[in-house]
Amino acid sequence: MRKYFQISFFLGLFGLLVFVRQSLGFGDSHRVIGPVATPLSPVNPSSNPQATPVPSQAPSSSGSTAATPSPVPVGPQMMQKRMGQYKDGTYTGSVQDAFYGNIQVQAVVSGGRITAVNFLQYPNDNGTSQYINSQADPMLAQEAIQAQNANVDIISGASDSSMAFQASLTDALSQAK
Amino acid sequence: MKKTTTVMGMPSTINLAQGNAKEEDINEVFSYFHYIDNKFSTYKKDSEISRINRREIRKEEWSREMEKIMSLCEKTKKETEGYFDINIKGLMDPSGLVKGYAILEGAKILRKRGYKNFFVEIAGDIQADGFSKKGEKWKIGIQNPFDSRQVIKIVQLSNMGIATSGTYIRAGHINNPKSGKPADEIAAITVIGPDVYEADRFATAAFAMGEKGINFIENLNGFEGYMVKKNKKAVMTRGFHNYL
Repeated sequence: MRKYFQISFFLGLFGLLVFVRQSLGFGDSHRVIGPVATPLSPVNPSSNPQATPVPSQAPSSSGSTAATPSPVPVGPQMMQKRMGQYKDGTYTGSVQDAFYGNIQVQAVVSGGRITAVNFLQYPNDNGTSQYINSQADPMLAQEAIQAQNANVDIISGASDSSMAFQASLTDALSQAK
Repeated sequence: MKKTTTVMGMPSTINLAQGNAKEEDINEVFSYFHYIDNKFSTYKKDSEISRINRREIRKEEWSREMEKIMSLCEKTKKETEGYFDINIKGLMDPSGLVKGYAILEGAKILRKRGYKNFFVEIAGDIQADGFSKKGEKWKIGIQNPFDSRQVIKIVQLSNMGIATSGTYIRAGHINNPKSGKPADEIAAITVIGPDVYEADRFATAAFAMGEKGINFIENLNGFEGYMVKKNKKAVMTRGFHNYL
């Protein structure tokens, strides 16, 4: 699921850039995309479909993680070549539910080039963004548990009450299908 | 000065490792724990949370603490892929977060009174400030989930929190809705974090995640974990050894 998140997020981000380019290609000279017109793709179609309405202007298909508009080849090289076509301005994307919180980006174009993609909203007020950004599932060290010398100041262990909470939680999760 | 009492139906110990320690300061923290328990215990019929669950109190009438705890629960749910969820069959039970919150607030009371070297513990979740009387980091044993009289690991902490979530109950028929696997693959997970509140809430969520809970902790910046599986093997995060 996290990989879907990452893939769809970056496809969505690229989609935004492509959409900015397309919108400007046949518009007036100072056209700015409003807060509703973004093709950021649905982020988590399997578990949170209601949270990602697809804007009518969006070139992406609903419910698909492959949200990149078809006429534009995907790839950093192509992006580089086309960058000079952008019109100057600041373009704000809509707020997208990224499951961990909302994501909203803003693209700044200067001298025909994208000079910045700012995150107006991003779930980064704590360790969570570290989790999102780190996709690694590393091999962690394992050992057989072994009794130690109990010469300690205090013990950390599971309490009766947290056992009850865990049981309730587990039960609740089993119903959350 | 060290004192143990029962709060929230669990043992609680406060150890002030200073010569000028006053018993009244310890009692002040225990009083605070009772105050929190009276508000948040789902076992107490007259607690605010029980009254909310009986629809006797509307959201607009929640106390300041209730609003705060509920907003922290909501935040934690978002940060844990929904694994931390206090809504159970239409009732709310914030116990998975209240204990760590209360311990940290208790530690703050002691800090305000000038204490720098102490620990505050409720039922195995600990905020460890400063150093022990020996001038060393606090030595904290991780309990064997299969034998509560045994310690299976010793960590040394200063100005950090530690919390363990676990179970002795067999519940193999209950499945984790996200993986389809039994939710009780693990016996316990201990989390070390910047404070006990952070450690507690993420330990609760990581336990609910089953075996992947340790990877969740590995990927959290500033946290380490030690997970004991039902097969009596332990898996630890890469930075865990720094606390041994």
